[in-house]
Amino acid sequence: MFSNFMVTTWESATIVALVAGVVGFFVVLRGVAFPAHAIPNGAFAGAAGANLIGINPLIGLGVFSLGAALGINGLGRRGRADAVTGLVLVMMLALGAAFLSQTTEYEPQIFSLLFGEVLGVSSSQIAPIAVMGLLCVVAVGVLYRPLMLTSIVPDIAAARGLRPQRIELAFLVVVALATTMTVPVVGALLMYSLMMGPPAAARSFTSRPGLAMGLSVAFSLLVVWSSIASAFQTNWPVGFFVGTFSAGLFGLGRLYAWWQRRFR
Amino acid sequence: MHFLVEPGFWSNQPVRTALLVGALSAIVSAVIGVFTILRSQSFAGHALTDVATTGGSGAFLFGLSPLLGFVGGGLLGAGAMDAIGVQRVRSRDLATGIVLGAATGLSALFLYLDATTTSTTGAVQQVLFGSIFTVDRSLLVPMVALSALVLVCVGTIYRPLLLSSVSPELARARTIPVRLVSLLFILALAVSVGLTAIVTGSILSTALLLGPAATALRLSRNLRGALILSVTLGVITTCLGILLAYDSSAWVSSGQGLPVSFFIVLVTFLGYLVAGVPALQRRVKGATVDAAPTGGCH
Repeated sequence: MFSNFMVTTWESATIVALVAGVVGFFVVLRGVAFPAHAIPNGAFAGAAGANLIGINPLIGLGVFSLGAALGINGLGRRGRADAVTGLVLVMMLALGAAFLSQTTEYEPQIFSLLFGEVLGVSSSQIAPIAVMGLLCVVAVGVLYRPLMLTSIVPDIAAARGLRPQRIELAFLVVVALATTMTVPVVGALLMYSLMMGPPAAARSFTSRPGLAMGLSVAFSLLVVWSSIASAFQTNWPVGFFVGTFSAGLFGLGRLYAWWQRRFR
Repeated sequence: MHFLVEPGFWSNQPVRTALLVGALSAIVSAVIGVFTILRSQSFAGHALTDVATTGGSGAFLFGLSPLLGFVGGGLLGAGAMDAIGVQRVRSRDLATGIVLGAATGLSALFLYLDATTTSTTGAVQQVLFGSIFTVDRSLLVPMVALSALVLVCVGTIYRPLLLSSVSPELARARTIPVRLVSLLFILALAVSVGLTAIVTGSILSTALLLGPAATALRLSRNLRGALILSVTLGVITTCLGILLAYDSSAWVSSGQGLPVSFFIVLVTFLGYLVAGVPALQRRVKGATVDAAPTGGCH
């Protein structure tokens, strides 16, 4: 399990987990679950398009996830934000379907883009993943205070002259960046599980923001590491384990919160 | 006429089935969609499609009827969302997200096992993207029956549903069982998206649910008008999309036409954007009035 070819897997998955834990904390805090689902899924279409015209899939992923972030934020200002998110998502998916219809012999690649291919990361992919991961964490660090203020006390944020729409846009761009780096590794659908489950569980265990963020990162590392180990043992897709372990952790968190209310 | 419609469109059996099934899906989705948007449950509407897809891939694996898989999966997911979800919108989105995450994980496993244990290929493509041109005709009767059931259910709870969607407090004050109404609605939503997901694929299911309804709510101020407009738009966009997809095989040099879902979604999305133009014009006019020295009132 720790042989040579697995080393890159462990390294890349660890970076992904760190980023998902940090970014996911704010996804849950700000309640942007739907955009966080839509951006990775829309990005998948970009990878399909890049494959069709023969360029690096990372470029396609980047362009489409950024486009999704801008579209959701721009169109969401007028009209109902959640309906707009859904429409932008299906538009991107439909483009993806159109791209796929023009290629042949594609099924394994669709599967790995949607559900991830952690066990097949090459060592040349590590460097871009690490750089983008670092960028995400730095961006969240810079935005930390405005993100906190606009999420928890919107009135005070407004009094300090913060524009919630701008902050929201900046955050969605960070989600798009995190998506671009992680989709090739864990897949569009599972990046999402990782950004929701561990942070949501962390919030059930503590209400202190700093601690919750730390726990969120720890949980996400735990989920990813145990998922890779299980996938390696059983040969089942890693996505299955990420999905169920994340949901299981959330269940534990809810149980803990209920126990606290009931017996303390 | 050949300019618009490629020869053989009307006499083609798959096309006729597609038009019938597409229109039926569009009608049910359009009605449910208006309430989905009013209740800010677009995310649940989309997530249930993916959950239904999980049921579908499970049914594929265990050799059950796909209809049972899609609708059953959707109903289970809806029940889980309702059980976890609290009434506040934010935590509801969270509950939806968690159920969605778990379901996609299961989906990954089912599709993987489908691909490895059965020798059929194309399961991923079929389950995820579907094709309205390859609908199994034996599904038509149960589909019509379930669609009718959904519409009757919504018709029965029409007034309480409307009131509890617009103002839950007011509904509670009038002793409407808000919790029960919301459970009934999410179950109807699950059946509706399960049905459309099985015949049209999961992309189209969300598009037909949200697109026509969002456009109609932009254009119409009252609910009845919005419902009628939504159904009309849904049927028109579906038929137009099918027509364009049929024609598209003649446009592309390879003869490999573009998928129906692409065209229906494109027409829907453009429709939504165009419907926003009047409001935008009003805003621009209002802004110039505001900027004038006489000032406008806010």
